[in-house]
Amino acid sequence: MAETTHRYRVLIGKPGLDGHDRGAKFIARALRDAGFEVVYTGIRRTPEEIAAAAVQEDVSAVGLSSLSGAHLRLFPAVVDALGKSGAGDIPVLGGGVIPDEDISHLKQAGIVEVFTPGTPVDQIIQAFQQACEAHQGS
Amino acid sequence: MGKNPELQAWEESELRKSLERFPERKENFTNHGGDEVPRVAFPEDIDDDYLENLGFPGKYPYTRGVQPTMYRGRFWTMRQYAGFSNAAESNKRFRYLLDQGTTGLSIAFDLPTQIGYDSDDSMSTGEVGKVGVAIDSLADMEVLFDQIPLDKVSTSMTINSPAAVLLAMYVAVAEKQGVSPGALKGTIQNDVLKEYVARGTYIFPPKQSLRIITNIFQWCSQNIPGFNTISISGYHIREAGSSAAQEVAFTLANAITYVQAALDAGLEIDVFAKRLSFFFNASSDLLEEVAKFRAARRMWARIMKDRFGATNPASQMLRFHTQTAGNTLTAQQIDNNIIRVTIQALSAVLGGTQSLHTNSRDEALSLPTEESVRTALRTQQVIAHESGVANTIDPLAGSYFIEEQTDRIEKEATDLIAKVENAGGVVSCIEEGFIQRQIENAAYEYQKEIESGDRIIVGVNKFQVEEEVKPPVLRVDPIVEKMQVEKLAEVKRNRGNEKVAAALDGLKKAAAGDDNLMPLILEAVKEYATLGEICNVLRTIFGEYKD
Amino acid sequence: MNSDHLLQGLKERDPRAVAKAISLVENGDPLADSILASLDESLIDQALVLGITGPPGAGKSTLTNQIISYFRSQGKRIGVIAIDPSSPISGGAILGDRIRMMQHALDNDVVVRSMATRGRLGGLCAATGAAVRIMASSGCSHIIIETVGVGQSEMDIIRLADITALVLAPGLGDDIQAMKAGLLEVADLLVVNKADCAGAETLAMDMEAVARERREKNEGVIEVCMTVASEGKGIKDMLHVVAKIDEEYRQSGEIMKRRMKSHDLEVLDWAVELIKPKFLKMIAESDTSRKGDPRMKAVEILKKL
Repeated sequence: MAETTHRYRVLIGKPGLDGHDRGAKFIARALRDAGFEVVYTGIRRTPEEIAAAAVQEDVSAVGLSSLSGAHLRLFPAVVDALGKSGAGDIPVLGGGVIPDEDISHLKQAGIVEVFTPGTPVDQIIQAFQQACEAHQGS
Repeated sequence: MGKNPELQAWEESELRKSLERFPERKENFTNHGGDEVPRVAFPEDIDDDYLENLGFPGKYPYTRGVQPTMYRGRFWTMRQYAGFSNAAESNKRFRYLLDQGTTGLSIAFDLPTQIGYDSDDSMSTGEVGKVGVAIDSLADMEVLFDQIPLDKVSTSMTINSPAAVLLAMYVAVAEKQGVSPGALKGTIQNDVLKEYVARGTYIFPPKQSLRIITNIFQWCSQNIPGFNTISISGYHIREAGSSAAQEVAFTLANAITYVQAALDAGLEIDVFAKRLSFFFNASSDLLEEVAKFRAARRMWARIMKDRFGATNPASQMLRFHTQTAGNTLTAQQIDNNIIRVTIQALSAVLGGTQSLHTNSRDEALSLPTEESVRTALRTQQVIAHESGVANTIDPLAGSYFIEEQTDRIEKEATDLIAKVENAGGVVSCIEEGFIQRQIENAAYEYQKEIESGDRIIVGVNKFQVEEEVKPPVLRVDPIVEKMQVEKLAEVKRNRGNEKVAAALDGLKKAAAGDDNLMPLILEAVKEYATLGEICNVLRTIFGEYKD
Repeated sequence: MNSDHLLQGLKERDPRAVAKAISLVENGDPLADSILASLDESLIDQALVLGITGPPGAGKSTLTNQIISYFRSQGKRIGVIAIDPSSPISGGAILGDRIRMMQHALDNDVVVRSMATRGRLGGLCAATGAAVRIMASSGCSHIIIETVGVGQSEMDIIRLADITALVLAPGLGDDIQAMKAGLLEVADLLVVNKADCAGAETLAMDMEAVARERREKNEGVIEVCMTVASEGKGIKDMLHVVAKIDEEYRQSGEIMKRRMKSHDLEVLDWAVELIKPKFLKMIAESDTSRKGDPRMKAVEILKKL
């Protein structure tokens, strides 16, 4: 797994009611093992709660996971909530059971990267790395 | 015990020579849980007290099955989990499945319903009808079972925290159909402990949840004796990434907690224990899975007899439903999933399951299409009618390896249960995150093996192909949410709101005291009090559990 | 954001400004100096800093969550600094204490910040101290530092608190034994959480004995409290005891004494942190053989300063 030298802070959250957190927890651990500081906010959070936590924790990226099919509403809602909190600069990445045709919708709504089942974890870590670098450079 | 000299001779000559010339594929062969798998099992590896450990089908300790004739009498119940969108759509899918030869219904509810929110709650936005059917009030339940005679089907409902409410609605629908409660057959999942551990649809804190559950045990034993009052589930624990032995251990530890809670509430063991049922996962390690089902059966019989003194054989029998492992399905080359499901389903049948759900090939992408659901059902029918494995009981018994694995899982799970109990029991371990951490660790190790390529998942990290266009996916139209909210408003307009308020007030008082809540919930649903209203009343008294 | 903006933001209780200011300190950014120099000292003096520590599984985060709820019901603005260990191998960390406090996520007057130990002894202590002052300057009247009570760095952090509560629970076994030598000797409040579980009474009796012994040695007001944090029981009483100790210690000058001590400790941390590179350079230059008695060499180098 790729190592990072800086201590990037990221937040991993599960918006909505879906309680399947195996994937989110795996990503959180994998990011930790790649040197990130990962704020994990648990399951069943509203987009507004996730955004507020991201602001308080001053993270450089937010990663969202949803397996219940509600991603088209929930992911953009987190982007909106961040914007309303004056933190529209924090990039949002998302993953879960997401049909291919939804990816372009999500990207249009401001989700910078979308991961689907089977995306190698190294690719996910790298995407977080790039998102954090871009954010800190901004 | 010293090593058999002939075995030693074989190891030192034939085996050694072969290993020198052709090293094995891997240095270590391990299962999901990281246990080493023996190269070959021998008679020495197993405890050979046949009567003590295996016995006969339908007889203690039930290792070989819970009925004397098993599938020679009747096949397992082919029960396909279904439900999406609104009640009318789901009703159509149920009737299709019954036409195709399923023998039991299994209802998936959407997440708001599972967490006790009405469709118009702000928490429900975007989730209505997505992973199951949305039920707000008795009005939805009436549509869901329209033209389905409830005295003829057995119905399983995947509902936990608000199980009492959905069960009450089911009983009320039956009453309207003219079916007496005594004729009802089915299962409510009602296993809240595993929600805290693995699945996440909890509402109330553990103590209050256990009270509701014991209320259900009691009320059902008097009113709907043919209903399984709980389905104690390892399925989701395994889905969350546990090993096979952990699945058995944490499931039985939860079961022990329910039994103890019911005993503490003054219930008689042999009155409620015979209606406890179980629900396990069938994953891809076929032989370990067969051993797991056998070990679980033997352990439960011993726990009930030795620890709780249950004398009724029905109380000692572990009867279980099985579902193939959703987490093994891949989004790549989805037809491969049909083969995975076949192997997994076979393990459940060889392990003596009472009912079975087979997953559909496209479930890693979305809700299954009708065609995929049919193929999944056909998989069970082929196993039943063509494979021949249903013609003899517990066919793998006596295999050195199967018996060695059965013994190993029993031992590992027994040790783990003891560990949980020494650390203050299940509730305390959940609050401290002990059980969750054990599962997380196993899941993490497993996933790392996949990421590193040490564990091959066909079509994912090996044997990949450039994928052609993905097949059509079934999605729930967002209009469903709007319609459901409108329907709910209409129900609220047309019911007797004073009667609803009175019923909810009665429920509130009972919740603050010690009375059984079931009769009051039944009364409230008959007045068309909504699921959300009933759960909110209980939330104000019981509080809410936060992870 | 420049430092003027940040200072203005702190005054206005802007969550983003508080968060950014803490990050600057945590990352050792030079911008931090001007902010730290301009904080509101009177607010810092008035704030109560409560340390919550104890072994994993004792229910610290759940207790903290309940304490937040109670203080909020009194209209107070609260800060929480939740500290989790960094992985010694990757340097990363999972910061999960916040989960139990998410019910307050939308409350602007609950400022929660998770911090990783980042494998450094002094730096963490200094960064935590600065975070406390930033939160106080933004109007937090009560600030909680939550940390696992094992290891020297955590012990040092706890010294930043005006009052320290050690949270224990029955059934945790050996962990508690390991802590006896350390935290039991410094905590002002011994909290027996999960008081409804088997073994709680025995634990409470043990704690009473510890408290008695320390009181007899005139080590201060040592109190024992019973709570069931998961149900919110005993929180009010516990916080009354905290208020009582706070009042007493403020009058007796104990709080001032503790703050002076922790101030010195922080200065020391910074001094060590800042001089480290210089020392390393001097060591390398002093002699290439890398032989001989290390202590004598240290004395030699100090003479050269």
